[in-house]
Amino acid sequence: MSILLSSNFQWVLLSTLLLGIAAGLVGCLAYWKKQSLMSDALSHAALPGVVLIFLLFQVKDLFVLMIGASISALLGAFCIMLIKSTTRITEDTAMGMILAVFFGGGIVLLTLVNKTSTGNQAGLNNFIFGQAASMVSSDVMTMSILAIAVIFIVVIGFKEWKLFLFDPNFAKGLNLSIKGMNIIYLLILVLTVVVGIQAVGVILMSALLIIPPVSARYWTHSFKTMMWLSGIFGGISGAVGTTISALGVGLPTGPFIVVTSGSIFLVSLFLGIKKGLIVESMMLRNKRKEVYEQMVANSIVKEGNS
Amino acid sequence: MTYTAWILVTASLVGISCGIVGVFLILRKMAMMADAISHTVLLGIVMAYLLTHSLSGIHMVIGAAITGIITTFLVQWFHSKGVGQDASIGVVFTTLFAIGVILIATKVGNAHLDVQHALMGEISFVPWNTIFVPVLGEIPLATLMLLVVLVVVILVIGLFYKEWKLTTFDPSLAASIGIPVLGMHYLFMTLVSITTVASFDAVGAIMVVAMLITPAASAYLWTDKLLVMIGLSASFGVISAIMGYYFALWIDTSISGSMAFATGVIFLISFICSPRHGLLSKTFGTEGQVPRPSLPRD
Repeated sequence: MSILLSSNFQWVLLSTLLLGIAAGLVGCLAYWKKQSLMSDALSHAALPGVVLIFLLFQVKDLFVLMIGASISALLGAFCIMLIKSTTRITEDTAMGMILAVFFGGGIVLLTLVNKTSTGNQAGLNNFIFGQAASMVSSDVMTMSILAIAVIFIVVIGFKEWKLFLFDPNFAKGLNLSIKGMNIIYLLILVLTVVVGIQAVGVILMSALLIIPPVSARYWTHSFKTMMWLSGIFGGISGAVGTTISALGVGLPTGPFIVVTSGSIFLVSLFLGIKKGLIVESMMLRNKRKEVYEQMVANSIVKEGNS
Repeated sequence: MTYTAWILVTASLVGISCGIVGVFLILRKMAMMADAISHTVLLGIVMAYLLTHSLSGIHMVIGAAITGIITTFLVQWFHSKGVGQDASIGVVFTTLFAIGVILIATKVGNAHLDVQHALMGEISFVPWNTIFVPVLGEIPLATLMLLVVLVVVILVIGLFYKEWKLTTFDPSLAASIGIPVLGMHYLFMTLVSITTVASFDAVGAIMVVAMLITPAASAYLWTDKLLVMIGLSASFGVISAIMGYYFALWIDTSISGSMAFATGVIFLISFICSPRHGLLSKTFGTEGQVPRPSLPRD
């Protein structure tokens, strides 16, 4: 228990909380662009970049590794778009391909790094499943600042994002560059993914972007409320998952964060007040009763008339 | 047979069975389902291990088939409840996979089953774990499993070839003449799951995605005929498995990773050189500009 009181842990907790909020917000944008799985492809594609940067420069500074991760994730996104636009291969196939091939390349490089003595101690393996406990204070700072930047970009541009997602033609009429918005969207998506790779890991990072918006959707029909809820759900998942993994020794952080957000999803699925299963079945029953009563009333009227 | 020969045979079997299944996967636009199933299979294996305390082939295959069906069912169900297809895939597989990883990390982590092994596979251990089979003699367990799965895949696809073709290219017509489209969908996903789990020992959960999708996508660039596409995809699978193995030996690194990478190299070559869809023919060629139907047929 004492570990929960240590200041190092509390800083880590703050950074995963911010990460969760950022991921929840950006995930909402991805959800409405119907690109939830894009984040999965991007996070896998980030692995070779991380390892390559380490091989080239032998540094373990999170910020530098993140630059490598961003470059290779962007390269992956570019390849997906290129394949989709120039051949008849569909987007999901292209995503699956890039995801697996880039990850394979990453594993090849990672195995090489692990064979060298410096590489073995660098703990690059933590990037696969995430290890919040391995974060040092400079990592925490980098993560928090970047997460806040992402949150800031989404929040100040809220109106523009709404137009961009739901009425791009109107947005064009207002002189809003759709192409520019697309680029910013891709950049913050990549940024969110790479910010999370140390704490959550490349394999499960996408879950933090996918699950909170889907859960939030059960509670509201308003885009704004959905954004806030999604951010809150993401934040809770990040914080709770980190706490649970810190209580054990050597437990990976990513899976616990994901299972936490999975539980929030299950609760939302059943109890959500707008689309939840319980509410839906109650509405269905009420409607049935109403229709039935109407029919009974009609037949009584008919009999009275005849 | 020698040590290397067994590894090459095993890897080629992975290439062939994944290649065949992969063709239908990408034509049915289910590539990301393969990604999902390859992750959730891990949970099936862990559950099978927790229940039976053994890692023998048959338990793993049954566990994997069950989780594969559960994954398919959950994705379908959430989708029918209004969650988008890709979002429901994303929710289901990440959660189930995370549960699998946690179970390994807390309960069952030991020398036989660890996350590293499950993800990357360890084909170099395959030849050591042998079993005696009456006609064939002493053969590795993983190879035997792959052989059985390959036979099952070929039988199921071959026996209902017409039905598969019809449900793949024109599901509404198939439904209208009484083919159980949803049933075929579940049967197909079961095939994907057992192929995944059989390849698991050799190439691991994530590399199997590369083996399933990439050779098939490369083959899709070369031909419009379904049978040719299946043949090409299986051969690409074998070639990348063998290329990957020797490349990994040469620079001394992860074999499964370099196999996945090799499938990417083959795709890149196809992407550049393919006669009708390739970059070169598009930039320089004037032939083959006649519009063609975009779906393969034979």
